[in-house]
Amino acid sequence: MSYSKKEYSDYVERKSQKSPIVRDTISAFIVGGLLCCIGQFFLNLYTKNLGLDEEISKSAVSVTMIFLGSFFTGLDLYKKIAKYAGAGTIVPITGFANSIVSPAMEFRREGMILGLAAKMFVIAGPVLVYGISTSVFIGIIYYIIKLF
Amino acid sequence: MNKRIGKQTVKLTQPISIISSANIVGKKEGEGPLSQYFDTIMSDATWGESSWEKAESKMQNEALSHAIQKASLTPDDIDYVLAGDLLNQCISSSFALRDLSIPFFGIYGACSTMAETISLGSMLLDGDFAKNICAVTSSHFCTAERQYRQPLEYGGQRTPTAQWTVTGSGSVVLSKNGNGPYVTHITTGKIIDMGIKDANNMGAAMAPAAADTLKAHFSDTGFEPNDYDLILTGDLGTLGKEILIDLMMHEKIDLRDNYDDCGCLIFDADTQDTHAGGSGCGCGAVTLTGYVLSLMKEQKLNNVLFMATGALLSPTSTMQGESIPSVAHAISISNNLHFGG
Amino acid sequence: MDYINAFWVGGLICAIAQIIIDKTKIMPARILVLYVILGAVLGGLGIYKYIENIGGAGATVPIIGFGNTLAKGVIKAVDEKGFIGIFTGGVTATSAGICAAVFFGMIISLFFKPKSK
Repeated sequence: MSYSKKEYSDYVERKSQKSPIVRDTISAFIVGGLLCCIGQFFLNLYTKNLGLDEEISKSAVSVTMIFLGSFFTGLDLYKKIAKYAGAGTIVPITGFANSIVSPAMEFRREGMILGLAAKMFVIAGPVLVYGISTSVFIGIIYYIIKLF
Repeated sequence: MNKRIGKQTVKLTQPISIISSANIVGKKEGEGPLSQYFDTIMSDATWGESSWEKAESKMQNEALSHAIQKASLTPDDIDYVLAGDLLNQCISSSFALRDLSIPFFGIYGACSTMAETISLGSMLLDGDFAKNICAVTSSHFCTAERQYRQPLEYGGQRTPTAQWTVTGSGSVVLSKNGNGPYVTHITTGKIIDMGIKDANNMGAAMAPAAADTLKAHFSDTGFEPNDYDLILTGDLGTLGKEILIDLMMHEKIDLRDNYDDCGCLIFDADTQDTHAGGSGCGCGAVTLTGYVLSLMKEQKLNNVLFMATGALLSPTSTMQGESIPSVAHAISISNNLHFGG
Repeated sequence: MDYINAFWVGGLICAIAQIIIDKTKIMPARILVLYVILGAVLGGLGIYKYIENIGGAGATVPIIGFGNTLAKGVIKAVDEKGFIGIFTGGVTATSAGICAAVFFGMIISLFFKPKSK
């Protein structure tokens, strides 16, 4: 070949069609925003109408949104919205639910234990690993600061 | 008699015919531009089986049995079957052949498998090691997706350069007793890696391998692009196709008149949302056995260079950040036994 | 008004993630990790509560809010329980979400099959 790897990858980079970033970003903004509005609706419902404590309401909103994300994944609808919404459906907590339910459904054929259960966290696991670990670091730092 | 011409090419000395072919595709492929050329279109992706893997095996079994039947032969008449697919340990092929009791060679060439099996099958025949040989490959969108990418219901976005794995299986029966179309020349590709790492841009990863094999083919045989009615790559997709034309232009070989790609032919990218086009072993296999061989039978095409390209990556290599080695195998198929003299 | 704020704050958080995905070809799973760490750090520094005051559910529904909850939980637990709070705080505060995800994940996959495409 009469060109280097570097030249080739630069050429491919120029030649490759780019993701339609403006359209993607607008749809992520709208869908992400709407999902948060649904969350706000439940938050208002739990705090104002049911008179629940604010912290409990927030947990209840998470549970509700996770249920909705899981259910829509089961109905084959989440993926259809996600095709257009991108990060708008990945970043909200419903996307976390989708990333847990989708491998669980997919790998059920490999069994209840080693399929469904073992593969459940194949995408979402890292979020828990790094989220929880970060919280422990923060706890350690906060504990040390408090000692002085 | 020396059958080898040049470093990578062999010229077959015996008349090796493709005496029959059969194929089967999924619903989406059946709704595409080539639908009229397919023998069987499945109503859904599981095809009455309990898993997609089983469905893929059944597809291969069906394509193979159908091709043997069309040739008015029985499995007993077949000396070898050469088969391959994309799944780990080539389970679609071996499971498909469990009940057929034909001597079996499992082949892995990723998406280049159809050209590889026909190459090796033709050489076996030319070497007088067999009378009739079957070549079969398959791919299935759902099985490939879960092995190489994400669960089906996961809400990720596909990039514009991503390709859509074809659900389909194609099979040919090669024989020394036939009236063509004949396999005349075989150019076997080298592994080429130009450092592309994006598994969602396989066209760009494979195009240099295609260019390398094509260049070798023309220099070994002395052919020019115009000697062929059609030069057809397996699954470079829209981007890979453009890149190959550019790369060959660079070598002063003009492909623009008679070159196309199975991945671009099999789907209508605008209405079927397949982004850069089709891919997978099945893509080249069903386009060859459906579209190309039908047109050759009607003599609308007489000389075809079929070149299937394979991206030899695995999920592990992608995760470890490796670039994608690729290969392309070319076979000349002609209605004229004395193609190229 | 709270709906409008939830809409634009939540939308903005998602839009930024989309720009990162399109520009860098980074995998969505990495965006989620990045966001949860960012949320925890902003929560630990006491910054995220200002975003939450404006955005309401727009700040808590995105996964970045999950990170914030982890950090808030661990700080509260260290205040109340001392050293052991470092290990109990984060997961305690987010237990409803984690438990719901596991349970619904299991139930849904018993009742639904993925659709072939």
